[in-house]
Amino acid sequence: MKRYIIIGNGVAAAGCIEGIRSVDAEGSITVISAENHPVYCRPLISYYLEQKTDLKRMQYRADSFYADHHVNLVCGRSAAEIRAEEKEIVLDNGDSFSYDALCCCTGSSPFVPPMTGLDTVENKFSFMTIDDTLALEQVITPDSRVLIIGAGLIGLKCAEGLHGRVKSITVCDLAPRVLSSILDDKCAAMMQKHLEANGISFLLGTSAKEFSGNHAVMQNGAEVDFDVLVLAVGVRANTALVKNAGGAGGRGIAVSDACETSLPDIYAAGDCTEYHDISSDTVKVMALMPNAYMQGHTAGVNMAGGSAVFDNAIPMNSIGFFGLHCHTAGSQPEGCEMYEEADEQHIKRLFIKDDRLTGFMLIGQMHRTGIYTALIRSQTPLSSVDFARLKIEPQLAAMGRAYRDKVLKGAV
Amino acid sequence: MKRIYVREEWCLGCHLCEYNCAFANSGMTDMVKALRGKTIYPRIQVETDENGVTYAVSCRHCKDPVCVKSCIAGAISQKDGVIEINHDKCVGCLTCVLVCPYGAVVEDGSGVAQKCELCMKNACGAPACVKGCPNGAIVYEERGERE
Repeated sequence: MKRYIIIGNGVAAAGCIEGIRSVDAEGSITVISAENHPVYCRPLISYYLEQKTDLKRMQYRADSFYADHHVNLVCGRSAAEIRAEEKEIVLDNGDSFSYDALCCCTGSSPFVPPMTGLDTVENKFSFMTIDDTLALEQVITPDSRVLIIGAGLIGLKCAEGLHGRVKSITVCDLAPRVLSSILDDKCAAMMQKHLEANGISFLLGTSAKEFSGNHAVMQNGAEVDFDVLVLAVGVRANTALVKNAGGAGGRGIAVSDACETSLPDIYAAGDCTEYHDISSDTVKVMALMPNAYMQGHTAGVNMAGGSAVFDNAIPMNSIGFFGLHCHTAGSQPEGCEMYEEADEQHIKRLFIKDDRLTGFMLIGQMHRTGIYTALIRSQTPLSSVDFARLKIEPQLAAMGRAYRDKVLKGAV
Repeated sequence: MKRIYVREEWCLGCHLCEYNCAFANSGMTDMVKALRGKTIYPRIQVETDENGVTYAVSCRHCKDPVCVKSCIAGAISQKDGVIEINHDKCVGCLTCVLVCPYGAVVEDGSGVAQKCELCMKNACGAPACVKGCPNGAIVYEERGERE
């Protein structure tokens, strides 16, 4: 009977469990969870603040998930060391477990750059976990003035979640635009305008230089008084366990399409990894929940002796604020062409290079965008489809008769 | 399993399947009251190709569904082959819309996602698009891997 160990208990771990069990019903699975919660939907913490969900509904799987999959869940403990030679892990309390196959799903941690006087701020929070969220919820009042450092996905979802529950929200970011990791200037400007129309204030191109209690001085000299500080500058992949054991990696743990690390019988999945983005042909950390599940599932199948690859990963995000949605996927390689439609309510930008769709940014019109995403992932030559129609409206009609027959006349 | 397939040579392009779908999922008993004067958000879409051939597209109930794997709320599941959305858990992030290669998951007009669930959760009990198609251009049947 094979012994499987999964370090971490997020969505990558859930994918790993389901991947293992799709092949091996017998082997023992032990999951080491630092958080005292069953696997939950991390991106839903802002929806929790917004009161659109609750702790129960935020659970990723049913209450019986671990029992159904015969998983031994060890909560409130973290792994301190992987002994790759001995094929065992050691926990923070000294307990050790042997494995035949190990998957590292350790996720990422908030990155806080050095800022003078940060230790003088009483109410400061990260926004990554349920526990962060519950602690933040404890201190906010209708009179709270909130300062959020970071106008990325985490900072802005936090702003949306807090909206209506606090007096004011100011978001600052060193980048000159909001959502700088996924939107270009024009798209970001539309999103920023919409956020501002909903009462969120911005200080862009600058960040906090120093704090003195509830007072922040920005690098550009602006001063902000606040009651609650949220630190959402960025995250760093948790790579130490695998790297200390001799595993390869850069900003993330290096993994193959089969989700193997450079160490025998050690796999990794999710936000702790760096892997191949086929849209830009580069290796990067893509901390995205769908990819985390797919990596975890792939790792699980392979750990159990099956054969799986996740070889069409791309960055992609679906995110909305106050009713305005945005879909982005892929990349904009240097020298790409752009197809654009834009008006007051929506923007569509498609990026094309070497007869392939490499990426897109869409705001305000989300109908059937998965057809575009599939074009990026399949790297379909655009000369083989009716792209003149497709770019106006995503539709199977423009994908050619053979494709349509395949997907509509048979099981896929 | 039984799935919905189209016989495009018989499709009239009348869009009645879209109306029947919207009605079946409206929870109402009177079609006129359910649909009159309203923008409909059907879970099936009629397309027209470059030669004027029409056909309806709805969820393929894929064997390896990317929407299930991608849902950030754990709200999409597959049981006995049927993919369904738990609307109590869906928060309307629309990741499923972003990843469905067939454009078969769509917004429901109130900001959350919806897709064909073969009318198994509504009063219809069997696909309303199939039942209501005037020319037999949508069928619900067992088929092999590919014809």
